Amino acid sequence: MSSVPGAVEPYDITVRSNGLRRRRIVERVFGVASLLAALLACAILAVVLGTLVYKGFSQLSLDFFTKPRPLFGEKGGVADALVGSVIIVGIAMLMAIPVAVLVAIYMSEYAGPKVSRSLRVVLDVLNGVPAIVVGVFVFGLLVVGNGQSAIFGAFALAILMLPMVARATQEILQVVPQSLRHASLALGVTKWRTTWNIILPSAIGGILTGVVISVARVAGETAPLLFTSSIAANAVSFDIHQALPTLPVTIYIDSESPDPGEQAAAWAAALVLIAFVLVMNILAKVFAGRKRRQLEGS
Amino acid sequence: MTSTTFEPAAAPDTDLRRRSIRLGDILFKGIAVISALAATVLLGLIAWKVFDLAWPAIQHFGLSFIWTEAWDPVTQNFGALIFIYGTVVTSLIALAIATPLSIAIALFLTEIAPRRLAAPIATMVELLAAIPSVVLGLWGILVFGPWVRDHLEPWLQDVLGFLPIFSGSPSQAGILPAGLVLTIMIIPITSAICRELFIRVPKDLTNGALALGSTRWESIRGVMLAYAAPGIIAAVLLGLGRAFGEAIAVNQTIGNHNAIPTSWFEPGDSLGSKIASEYVGASSLEQASSILYLAAILMVISLVTNVVAQFIVVRFERARSGV
Repeated sequence: MSSVPGAVEPYDITVRSNGLRRRRIVERVFGVASLLAALLACAILAVVLGTLVYKGFSQLSLDFFTKPRPLFGEKGGVADALVGSVIIVGIAMLMAIPVAVLVAIYMSEYAGPKVSRSLRVVLDVLNGVPAIVVGVFVFGLLVVGNGQSAIFGAFALAILMLPMVARATQEILQVVPQSLRHASLALGVTKWRTTWNIILPSAIGGILTGVVISVARVAGETAPLLFTSSIAANAVSFDIHQALPTLPVTIYIDSESPDPGEQAAAWAAALVLIAFVLVMNILAKVFAGRKRRQLEGS
Repeated sequence: MTSTTFEPAAAPDTDLRRRSIRLGDILFKGIAVISALAATVLLGLIAWKVFDLAWPAIQHFGLSFIWTEAWDPVTQNFGALIFIYGTVVTSLIALAIATPLSIAIALFLTEIAPRRLAAPIATMVELLAAIPSVVLGLWGILVFGPWVRDHLEPWLQDVLGFLPIFSGSPSQAGILPAGLVLTIMIIPITSAICRELFIRVPKDLTNGALALGSTRWESIRGVMLAYAAPGIIAAVLLGLGRAFGEAIAVNQTIGNHNAIPTSWFEPGDSLGSKIASEYVGASSLEQASSILYLAAILMVISLVTNVVAQFIVVRFERARSGV
């Protein structure tokens, strides 16, 4: 390989063209190999989803969605975990989204390129902190002395959401045409009203995409909740000051159980969770498509 | 800014109005600045707090904790080596398999597949990333693990059984199944970043190579991969950081055994997985202090991996935008 990327010596070509047949074979092998790699990834997805449907679907019933987890052996459901998951993820959204959008606004509308770039690194590094470490952090900061609670679990999830939503928002704000800002400012509109009334609405599709994807991700997170909201009663509860059961933690506990009944419950709960995650991802695609059309249209 | 300094014949009654507009601007900027600061402080707070929590254990065990191979609650003899080994080996297995696969997938999607085929396959790879780790772990321990034990591991033993890492009796939970589940988790991450990289390689460069008579593979190998190499390294490191930090899926599939196994078929444990298994016992800081030491080590490893990756990305972007 030459030191300058892309520079191919003419001599090189003539010499190599002697092995045209060999080169054609290499070309073929490469094409087939890359196709196989892509198919393998799709096959893994199909196998995992297929197993979930196969093992979990027969467990689903009205009772499964309306009854809490059973104490001993008998048939029950995941109503308690569903309620807990919705509450905790909901609180996490309330905590993370406003801060994340404001961070993104600061980065794209106020900060200089240097500050903006450093903030981007901060967010990316924050995004790279392992979820289990975030759980331990919240455990040490809040749970020690106060006990587990849904709010602390939500706080841990919010820490995971923050960089995801902030980065997605910042990236979409960058794509909003500069002319929109100039036009608004030229009409005498103040900067914050321009941002609030013009920039944010035109970027809303992209922001929603980021929000939806991050919600899908944190809804399936187990690690941050283990230390913050895992030791809970098997009953439907709306008390956010106590630990609430959640879908991922329920799946985690059931998956390590030797009892086939609990394993079956884990499969069904996993099917419910993955259905939610897939729906959110499809929703994100719809938002993303709308955003692109809007921005391209303007 | 300019709008507020623009002054028509200022009537006294609009003065108040203008001041309140100013106030709105200042307030809004203030909140935005505070949010940005909060995000930065949060990162620092996490790093400080985890070390603060681990401090009693760090003082008690010293740095030798890192290379001590022991985890015995009875004799109170603790060390991290077992878990560092598990973390590093499972992640490296994942890295070794996922890197070529991810690059191949990214090349297929950007260079080879017709558009109509590329879009759905890209979506499916994205969805693979969306599977929650606990669900993948559930599948890993109940379906994939038994398959590995019954088919993959006996086959590996037949072919490569002379290596100590492929010796011993196959089991459904161990280093190898955990490494393979991690592989599945990082393929979509690495391939998505590689895909972005390949899309941004200037068409002029690859077309130039094609015009000189090279085949598509030669233009990819000689031009595209060379051009994107630093970015690929960063993508691989980001995947590695993710593999290091994964706790749940590894916990479900690695077998949770407090010893360094000679064979990859045997159970072991990783940093994240060990921390995750101790959540019930973690009611007091004293009990948890050695676990918190593990958390501090895990945080340092993944932060270093991530910062190095970020550094490469920033440098790469600066160099490429200069071209």
